[in-house]
Amino acid sequence: MMSDSGRAGKKILWLVWLGSALLAALALTYTLLNGEDRTLFMPGPLSPGHHQLAAACDACHTDPLGDGDVLQEACVACHGDDRKKPVDSHPLVKFNDPRNAERLAQIDATRCVTCHTEHRPEITATDGLTQPLDLCVHCHRDIAADRPSHAGMPFATCKDSGCHNYHNNRALYTDFLLKHQHAPELAEQPLLPARQFVTLLDEIMEYPHDRYPVVALAPEDADAPQPVDEEVKRDWLTTAHAAAGVNCSACHLAENAESETPLWTDHPGQQGCSQCHALEVERFGKGRHGMRLAAGLAPMTPEQALLPMQPQAAHRELTCNSCHPAHRFDTATAAVEACLDCHADDHSLAYKTSRHHELWQQELNGELPEGSGVSCAGCHMPRIDFDVSDWLSRIMVDHNQSANLSPNSKMIRSSCLHCHGLPFSLDALADRNLIDSNFKGRPQAQVRSIEMAGEDQRRALEETGGSP
Amino acid sequence: MKKASISILALSVAAAAAGLSVATAEMSAGNTPSITPKAMADALHLVMDSDRTVYTQKIVNRLVKKDKVITASEHFEDEQALVLPAQMFRFGSELVAQRAADKPDVNFTYSLQSLWPVNRQNAPKTEVEKTGLQFIADNKGENYYAEEELGGKRYFTAVYPDIGVAPVCVSCHNDHKDSPRRDFKIGDVMGGVVIRIPLGS
Repeated sequence: MMSDSGRAGKKILWLVWLGSALLAALALTYTLLNGEDRTLFMPGPLSPGHHQLAAACDACHTDPLGDGDVLQEACVACHGDDRKKPVDSHPLVKFNDPRNAERLAQIDATRCVTCHTEHRPEITATDGLTQPLDLCVHCHRDIAADRPSHAGMPFATCKDSGCHNYHNNRALYTDFLLKHQHAPELAEQPLLPARQFVTLLDEIMEYPHDRYPVVALAPEDADAPQPVDEEVKRDWLTTAHAAAGVNCSACHLAENAESETPLWTDHPGQQGCSQCHALEVERFGKGRHGMRLAAGLAPMTPEQALLPMQPQAAHRELTCNSCHPAHRFDTATAAVEACLDCHADDHSLAYKTSRHHELWQQELNGELPEGSGVSCAGCHMPRIDFDVSDWLSRIMVDHNQSANLSPNSKMIRSSCLHCHGLPFSLDALADRNLIDSNFKGRPQAQVRSIEMAGEDQRRALEETGGSP
Repeated sequence: MKKASISILALSVAAAAAGLSVATAEMSAGNTPSITPKAMADALHLVMDSDRTVYTQKIVNRLVKKDKVITASEHFEDEQALVLPAQMFRFGSELVAQRAADKPDVNFTYSLQSLWPVNRQNAPKTEVEKTGLQFIADNKGENYYAEEELGGKRYFTAVYPDIGVAPVCVSCHNDHKDSPRRDFKIGDVMGGVVIRIPLGS
């Protein structure tokens, strides 16, 4: 039989246990609802594409009680633009027809998470893929009947480099391969397309023409309320900003919640840039440089990166000004030096000894026409003809440098083909060692896609008795 | 070009009006006007078929075959060409699917299919599609109607013959490297339009 003191002791133990449990529950609840770091609640680490957002659960889980639809909406909110035709060859509309109900019951191709599940590093392959190995087979099991060249190939190899990309297949579809099968290694006139902004200013409705007419400004025109530092003024006068009538106030007068009129700020953020460069800022927010800012977190820093970075850059914050320092906003600096200040992987470190860099130097020295040099940005921030509205498109630098990165076949049309032929590009991008050395030497890989497309074409022509 | 779009519009309106006259509304028990799924499908098909015929004849065949000023290509963006009539039809059906998804009372789907499809994804999949496409190929000029259950929902499914009306339809299918049949002639049933209307429980 337990003594009175024993019973009292046990009571106290119960109270201590209850109290501790209550405190722990309160602490966890507080952390869950208000805490800055909620990684404690993550069921597993995020994929490399999303790891920066570990502290922003609600970037994807916008409604904690929501179901799969909530997650799907979150995927589409960031990636939806790239998931439409013609960029995406498997858009949602392909699958919604009731005739696909049976297939969808086997594999739900209408949900991003079917192939891109998060928090599951044990099944996550490169490109954040958790794709079921039998994904393609449900719709393409008879492919060998249409394409005898594919007979006997395992379905797990569909997405091999240079073969197929489920979403963006624009450089890999059969007729494109055939059209470019004889393209030489180097184009006759290797040139990047020229950027269009100044030439289209009149047509950009959002541009503040009324406040800042496109007229070159002189030193005495600077409209800052205080005298401007001479160096700052000199820098500003060298830019396209001064040449196009963009005065100090254009960036430094910022909207302010506490005032009806905009207030002067010494350090304008990306809102200042986005007044004229909204699409650039938006695209920046979708890539690995700006996604933290877009999610309302502190800016990305190299120390948080998964790729090798320069140790001295560990704490640098990534904003517009990191690569485009005020007040020169020198795009040449942004295209190479800004990248190499942080990136220290083999490919980046080898750039300055590459043929691409040699061409870049020659362009900077005025020995080659504009667009002949190959900077880091030339390939990784390609110049793309963007639909900026329903009625206007312009060639602009894609500031989402992650968009054409992986799988690297997405880079073929936006970057490689401006200067190189398709067969060479396919082989070069399939050669990991060649990529690491920043393309010193010749591709050792040989992608068979073009050869296979040719085989199928010859067979079809024999059947029809036609000629190519 | 403006003239062309006006004539398309006029013909579309006429086709729509013709379609609605087929879909005669009847008064149901609750005194609410209603039409049968068959009448609705027939009306829809009349509009679809007329628009497609206009596009094929007045745009593609005229500019590609007669005036030879532009080509039509399945890779119309890369080739800066006209979209193929079958693509025009499919893009319309995709847009309809998207826009009708949140309108339960008009939530129908349609597609262009064939027993000899250039793209294998457009071969019949369901039993009704298979039977229907075979029926319209064997019984020229007739349509096929049936009910079927897909993904736990019941549908009224109508299959209409798709005839090769212009030389470009026939030549493109006979010459395409992925075409499983290469002996089409003008006037042949080359495939079928499948319209699917959900039925209430």
